[in-house]
Amino acid sequence: MPGYQRAEGLHPPLDTPAYGSTRLRHPTQPPLVIPHTVTEMTGPALGERDLGPLDADLTRQHDGEPLGERIIVHGRVLDGNGRPLRNTLVEIWQANAGGRYRHDLDRHPAPLDPNFSGAGRCLTDDEGRYRFVSIKPGAYPWKNHHNAWRPAHIHFSLFGRAFVQRLVTQMYFPGDPLFGQDPIFNSVPDPAARARMIAAFDLDATVPEWALGYQFDLVLRGRAATPFEDDDDDE
Amino acid sequence: MTTSDPRPAGLTPSQTVGPFFGLQQGGLPWSRGPYAVDEGTPGSVWIRGQVLDGDGAPVADALIETWQSAPGHRGFARCPTDAGGCYAVLTVKPDRGTQAPHLAMSVFARGLLDRVVTRVYFADEAAANEVDPVLALVDPKRRGTLIAEPTDDGYRLDIRLQGEGETVFFSI
Repeated sequence: MPGYQRAEGLHPPLDTPAYGSTRLRHPTQPPLVIPHTVTEMTGPALGERDLGPLDADLTRQHDGEPLGERIIVHGRVLDGNGRPLRNTLVEIWQANAGGRYRHDLDRHPAPLDPNFSGAGRCLTDDEGRYRFVSIKPGAYPWKNHHNAWRPAHIHFSLFGRAFVQRLVTQMYFPGDPLFGQDPIFNSVPDPAARARMIAAFDLDATVPEWALGYQFDLVLRGRAATPFEDDDDDE
Repeated sequence: MTTSDPRPAGLTPSQTVGPFFGLQQGGLPWSRGPYAVDEGTPGSVWIRGQVLDGDGAPVADALIETWQSAPGHRGFARCPTDAGGCYAVLTVKPDRGTQAPHLAMSVFARGLLDRVVTRVYFADEAAANEVDPVLALVDPKRRGTLIAEPTDDGYRLDIRLQGEGETVFFSI
């Protein structure tokens, strides 16, 4: 049985000195390459029972509306062969419009928003599409280096079909002036791959008088090519 | 369909899970998260351990996920580490197949720009472990980092991200 594509050189090196928290947390031994067995080629089937009705709309999880620029974030989840990943869980979490997470350890002295929790979930549809309504997160300072600021971002967590496809990443906003000084964004070695973490402003998805649209597609590893691979074989 | 190009095209890169994945309301930790099987499932065991950094200090903001192909069960568990760096997931030990019983494990954390992947094997499956095709690839001196030891309510396996006794991580 063919395995999945491998992705050497795509992801950031775990030892990235510019991001200080990697120092004591990156393994020093190279990872051991193993074949893709049934364990790696299967994955959890997380579905409707893992979702609540308002999970995809982060602006409607409280009595009032959160402050900030209302946004629609949508896109497709595909595999490396361009096939949609259907009915797969997408999870997001983010800071509020002031750049503060509703988290016990976030000490940034920006206000919390009583109307914003900052987490969402949905399943992709038959074409691999997902859609969230939220507010644009603010940039926030952190202590990695002098005057360090994270560019505005939304965290994404994806499963795909197989354990090998599991991905946690961050979506950024186009034209952010903070990219140049951010070691996390810049930890991705290939500039073209880095650019794929930036959403595109989407006027077609923008709802007049209501919310700005952004498109963000995510591509997980696909099956390694075989001459006789059949469309129906990969579910 | 015939696919002609095996090279990954346009794949999305990984970024760190960061320190704030567990929000006060929602985020990655779920109430059912640590349960790959329901509580009370016959044969269920707790897999417990501690995540440690290169100084041997507990990693208090990691997220552990386990996966096993387990017909009839969820098979997936997720647990954030606590202030002491400890995690716990409830599951059943998988059956022996062409491989020794094992779980796949991902570790996410602030400071990990990509997940690290390892496996949990079981010390009381010595005969199966002896002939497991993946364990066979591992330096015998380091195999112990993948083998959970029996405890009162299941098994224990610590994860050492760096340094002395560093866990064997896999490229998959």
